[in-house]
Amino acid sequence: MWFEAKRLLKLALGPVLMLTSAAAMAAGTEVSQVNMSPGVTEVGQQIYDLHMIILGICTIIGIGVFGVMFYSIIYHRKSRGFTPATFHESTKVEILWTVVPFIILIGMAVPATSTLVALYDVEDAELDVLITGYQWKWKYEYLDESGENVSFFSNLRTPQSEIYNAEEKGEHYLLEVDEPLVLPVDTKVRLLVTANDVLHSWWVPQLAVKKDAIPGFINETWTKATEPGIYRGQCAELCGKDHGFMPIVVNVVSKEEYAQWLDTKQAEAAEIKELMAKTFTLDEQMERGKAVYTQSCLACHGANGEGGVGTAIAGSPIATGELAGHLDVGINGVPGTAMQAFGGQLNDVDMAAVITYQRNAFNNNMGDLVQPIDVYNHKKGQ
Amino acid sequence: MGDHHHGPAQGLSRWLFTTNHKDIGTMYLWFSFAMFLLGGFFAMIIRAELFQPGMQLVDPAFFNQMTTLHGLIMVFGAIMPSFVGLANWLIPMMIGAPDMALPRMNNWSFWILPPTFLLLASTLFMEGGAPAFGWTFYAPLSTTYAPPSVTFFIFSVHVLGLSSIMGSINIIATVMNMRAPGMTYMKMPLFVWTWLITAFLLVAVMPVLAGAVTMMLMDIHFGTSFFSAAGGGDPVLFQHVFWFFGHPEVYIIILPAFGVVSQIIPAFSRKPLFGYDSMVYATASIAFLSFIVWAHHMYTVGMPIAGELFFMYATMLIAVPTGVKVFNWITTMWRGALTFETPMLFCIGFLVLFTIGGFTGLMLSIAPADFQYHDSYFVVAHFHYVMVAGAVFSMTAAIYYWLPKWCGRMYNEAMGKTHFWISFIGFNVTFFPQHFVGLAGMPRRIPDYALQFTDFNMMSSIGAFIYGASQILFLYNVIATIVSGKPISDEKVWEGAEGLEWTVATPAPYHTFETPPKIDPAHAHS
Repeated sequence: MWFEAKRLLKLALGPVLMLTSAAAMAAGTEVSQVNMSPGVTEVGQQIYDLHMIILGICTIIGIGVFGVMFYSIIYHRKSRGFTPATFHESTKVEILWTVVPFIILIGMAVPATSTLVALYDVEDAELDVLITGYQWKWKYEYLDESGENVSFFSNLRTPQSEIYNAEEKGEHYLLEVDEPLVLPVDTKVRLLVTANDVLHSWWVPQLAVKKDAIPGFINETWTKATEPGIYRGQCAELCGKDHGFMPIVVNVVSKEEYAQWLDTKQAEAAEIKELMAKTFTLDEQMERGKAVYTQSCLACHGANGEGGVGTAIAGSPIATGELAGHLDVGINGVPGTAMQAFGGQLNDVDMAAVITYQRNAFNNNMGDLVQPIDVYNHKKGQ
Repeated sequence: MGDHHHGPAQGLSRWLFTTNHKDIGTMYLWFSFAMFLLGGFFAMIIRAELFQPGMQLVDPAFFNQMTTLHGLIMVFGAIMPSFVGLANWLIPMMIGAPDMALPRMNNWSFWILPPTFLLLASTLFMEGGAPAFGWTFYAPLSTTYAPPSVTFFIFSVHVLGLSSIMGSINIIATVMNMRAPGMTYMKMPLFVWTWLITAFLLVAVMPVLAGAVTMMLMDIHFGTSFFSAAGGGDPVLFQHVFWFFGHPEVYIIILPAFGVVSQIIPAFSRKPLFGYDSMVYATASIAFLSFIVWAHHMYTVGMPIAGELFFMYATMLIAVPTGVKVFNWITTMWRGALTFETPMLFCIGFLVLFTIGGFTGLMLSIAPADFQYHDSYFVVAHFHYVMVAGAVFSMTAAIYYWLPKWCGRMYNEAMGKTHFWISFIGFNVTFFPQHFVGLAGMPRRIPDYALQFTDFNMMSSIGAFIYGASQILFLYNVIATIVSGKPISDEKVWEGAEGLEWTVATPAPYHTFETPPKIDPAHAHS
């Protein structure tokens, strides 16, 4: 209630707030952010400085221009009996106000050029991370010389119940993921950005990185965070229905923590390899499959398999037809539609589980139990 | 030849078959106003959904359809046709011509528009919904991943382009061939100049847009891969082609607005326009520069640094001629005898807000800083300052300024001023906070947002409802003027108005300048 009341007060004071919020920010009170943040990188600081310089120059010019205009509006009015002058041209003045702005622009172009050069300098990176945009999630792949690549998907963690207002929204509403990108502090990281389906754009304001993810192309950019912390961002290029629901979270940690984390991830990868050989029970597969479904299928096919952007799974000819056909759609997608090839996105354990789940949930009741080895064989047999 | 037609035909056929520039101008203006209300209604849906975090009214897919249709309808259905309507009404009267050069084509270029927009709007009811890929329709979201209605969208764009090209050819032909004797190029009113240059821009870039959508059509239906990397194509190619059209397009929208403001400010300053020649040269420079800056919309696609630098420098240069224009308008006001009737208020509103939009435009031109601004609400704020406060405000000024001439009745000044102040406040409450959320990291085109953006979004929505409501007042004022406004008969409706259109009777007769007027060789341009 108190929160709501405060918000209403702010709204009532809207126009005043707009003028005073900058001052309030400086005073440290809790108001919405009104300016760009310099973030935690050197380049970010440079961009911020550039932004403030240009804003300052524009403000000064604006005060001058509007000052003259309002002076005229106040003093040169007919109601004051002002007799209009008749002058209507002056080549000198025209040349003056062509040349002076041009010189000011050169003054702006110099720092802009040097910042841009810094932004483009991807040399000497100590770590390479491949970022791939998918509808509507990000995949991170650590490109390591040892060959043991760690890779995972990063999905929105905010539950539908918060989005549809059934539950109170958490602090990091829409800006939280199941698994963040982890980067070491004080390390120059080269980010290779691409996309699997449509255009996306990887934007973390605090890291001063925004790069379009384009299918078929690999863009390069870099960052070097100087402070550990959690930095949040979002996809910045319209990519379809859930464009607003594919956040980015970067967890910058100390170099030691990063090394530990990498070890854990490599161990997990080894564990999945073991699970590949395991034979699961139907209950186990249903449980795992439901989790995978919620994360990877629900956005398009609905919580009850009723469909949406995608076709319905409940009673669908694919989910109730031949198992091979179902596996094929799951692994290879349906070209020319929004149904992606999940063969590269889900490991075989998860794929087996989610296919099992789809064939048995939503009253499909096919009774099929799919094992990881079945998925493996299907892929191999292609 | 005794049976001379001096009045219009009666009934529906008058409008269907008319070749009269005034009738066609009127139809363009009413049509564009209807589209303005429709596009505005979509904007209200967008702002209502964004009033609070969380999804309340619409689902994300429909939200995307709304942003897409809002943009398309405002740009192609509201702003562009409204200025064509103004050109139809005014250019012949300003240059002393009896009509447009190609009157039948004029009829056709209007009448293909309504069915086209009906078709575009009907996509809302099609399976898969309306286009949902933004008004910039970037591939492959608009090709491989588009709803089936995209084909109707492509057809609509083709027809719109056809209409624009025909309208432009007509304007070029009229201005070049039908000026009254003695009306040299450098005596033409600035509105005619800006439209002449705009018409050349349109003829140059509409075919490029047609090319872009044709390639989309081929990709979708005929197995080509212009924009699909999987088939050896290039999604970035789409953006280059689109913005080669799209950047001149934004000047197509704003140049006639410059023309309007250059007519109205001198009238209410009772002083000739300052620096007429430099205004013409500045307009031409802006038009030229508009062709070499397109990739500043694409700083983040991964261009080589040399390309980034070229487009950054070229874009920054636009500030020079634009600055010249603003300085000239203000110097026109300087030591004039100002009065503040509604058209002047809207022009001053234009001047202040367009200049702010120009400043943010300059900020956006700085490539490294654009890496933070790009695709954020900062951009949304910027282009609404130049599109709404630029084009729509000046268009509104034009209606208040010339409506009394057209219909021989005066609008209600108090209501006009009220309309201005509500619009001005509503507009700023809507769009000023969007600079803040943009800088704080809110991306554009999202149906839901993180909690820290709540306050400013609420404010924005409230402002939008105020601004939207003020247009109803405008509509009422215009209708009330036409139906029951105070009759006036002075040829010169405004004390300080200059130009041939103020020498004909009020209301302007159905046919004007059947014999060309005499232009005083000593008389300066208006």
